[in-house]
Amino acid sequence: MDNIGVIISLILIFGGLVALFYGSLKGREVDRRIIFLFIFLAVAAPILFPMTFEEKATQVVKSVFDKVENLPEGSTVLLSFDFDPAMAPEVQPMANAISRHCLEKGHKIIFMSLWATGQALLSQSLSESILPGFPEKQNLVDYVSIGYKAGNEGVPNVIITDIQKMFPTDVNSVPLDSIPIFDNIESCKDLDFIVSFGGGKPGPKEWILFVGDPGGVPIGVGVAAVVAPQMYPYLPDQVIGILGGVKGAAEYESELIRVHPKFADMDTPGLLMMGPQTLAHVVIMAFIVIGNVVFFRGRRREKKE
Amino acid sequence: MEHFAIWIAAFLTLGIVSFLYKDNAWYKLCEAIFVGISAGYWFVVLFWDNLHGKFWMGKGEDPMLYVGAILGILMLMRLIPKIGWISRWPLAFIVGATAGFYLINYFSSDVMSQVGSTVMPFFSTGYGSGVNASLYDIIGNIVVAVGTFTGLVYFYFSKEHKGAFGATAKVGIFFLMVTFGASFGYTVMSRMSLLIGRVDFLFGDFLGMIVQ
Repeated sequence: MDNIGVIISLILIFGGLVALFYGSLKGREVDRRIIFLFIFLAVAAPILFPMTFEEKATQVVKSVFDKVENLPEGSTVLLSFDFDPAMAPEVQPMANAISRHCLEKGHKIIFMSLWATGQALLSQSLSESILPGFPEKQNLVDYVSIGYKAGNEGVPNVIITDIQKMFPTDVNSVPLDSIPIFDNIESCKDLDFIVSFGGGKPGPKEWILFVGDPGGVPIGVGVAAVVAPQMYPYLPDQVIGILGGVKGAAEYESELIRVHPKFADMDTPGLLMMGPQTLAHVVIMAFIVIGNVVFFRGRRREKKE
Repeated sequence: MEHFAIWIAAFLTLGIVSFLYKDNAWYKLCEAIFVGISAGYWFVVLFWDNLHGKFWMGKGEDPMLYVGAILGILMLMRLIPKIGWISRWPLAFIVGATAGFYLINYFSSDVMSQVGSTVMPFFSTGYGSGVNASLYDIIGNIVVAVGTFTGLVYFYFSKEHKGAFGATAKVGIFFLMVTFGASFGYTVMSRMSLLIGRVDFLFGDFLGMIVQ
């Protein structure tokens, strides 16, 4: 049923594009609402009839994966959920995948957020996606959420020297000095790895500026695609790897399943979103071609007249 | 209750999307709800986290917090036109403190480290590591060096862009175009992800057409 749906959708979309291209050769312009309709179809069809593609982790994503994979068991990793609901569709899948990977490898995780909205999304991720797969993991022993603290870039600037100064307790008001994870952790300099998920300010850039560079702490970033190009100049000296948008999430999920087959049954929103992404990109490229054909034909006609 | 929330979310999503057809009252209503809820949400968050959580709970331990509180009150003076000029003092403090706060870190991370990563030997992966670069690394190092140099030439406007200088600047434009193209591609991917998220919500949570 799914395959038939995929075939019918593809025929509908590409048939329509061919018809529009033919119209553009005759100099017919395309109404912008037609473009919206095609984008909607390109996104909706692979959601209704799942269309997945094989993903292979590129080096920038694999660097983050390998870092988590090769850290000794019991290492302490800080994961910062610095995003809001608008960024969640592309950033939350990668945050969930890395969290699962850390728990699977036996690392201790400190969850936090520099965004007020991030704390709610963090709680949602923990209760709905991350922890159900690890019933044996204990709060305060294997992971802890210290939540959100106001102060923007001031927060990483303080916790680079003293975490308790900014976070005296975790989200449930348990004092940090009574939490086993913090037995040997006084500041961010004592952490083995930090990953910031976000795309706004404060976010990954602030972690690089105020913690990674001055403290020499390895930083990985998972960012919304729109800011990924701004992160590349920091590779490889200031950040060890980048997960850029939903493609980065899909690559990480695919690598996680390849190395740890037990995750084959986990939800993989990153991989599932690559179907609509790919089809929508093909449609956009087709419209770029159609737009150029209309433009050049129109210009040639004007010259003739 | 959850069903009610899903219906509201669907109503608002469809209302915002309806703008793609044309501006309409439904869209305007959803936009106004979004603006109002955002303002209210941030007011509550900032009140409990900053005023209550930081100042009220911490004022006994750190008297310096009173300085911040006074500056905050001075900022409100702009509501009284006669003494509105007083609000420039806390504003000046914020501008100066933020500039100073960022200066060192930006200079160290965004200038010195970036220059260090750019000025690389072509045939090695780092300083003092000998000739150990792969062909991929060598090509990468050359592209970075050529791109940086020609890009800088393009932004040098004290000399007319003619002859060899102009040709170098044109190569710089090429690199800039590739950068903008990559940036645009990533932006499209980002925006598509948002659309996918909403369409997934409409077909899944709202209409129940997606079987997990």
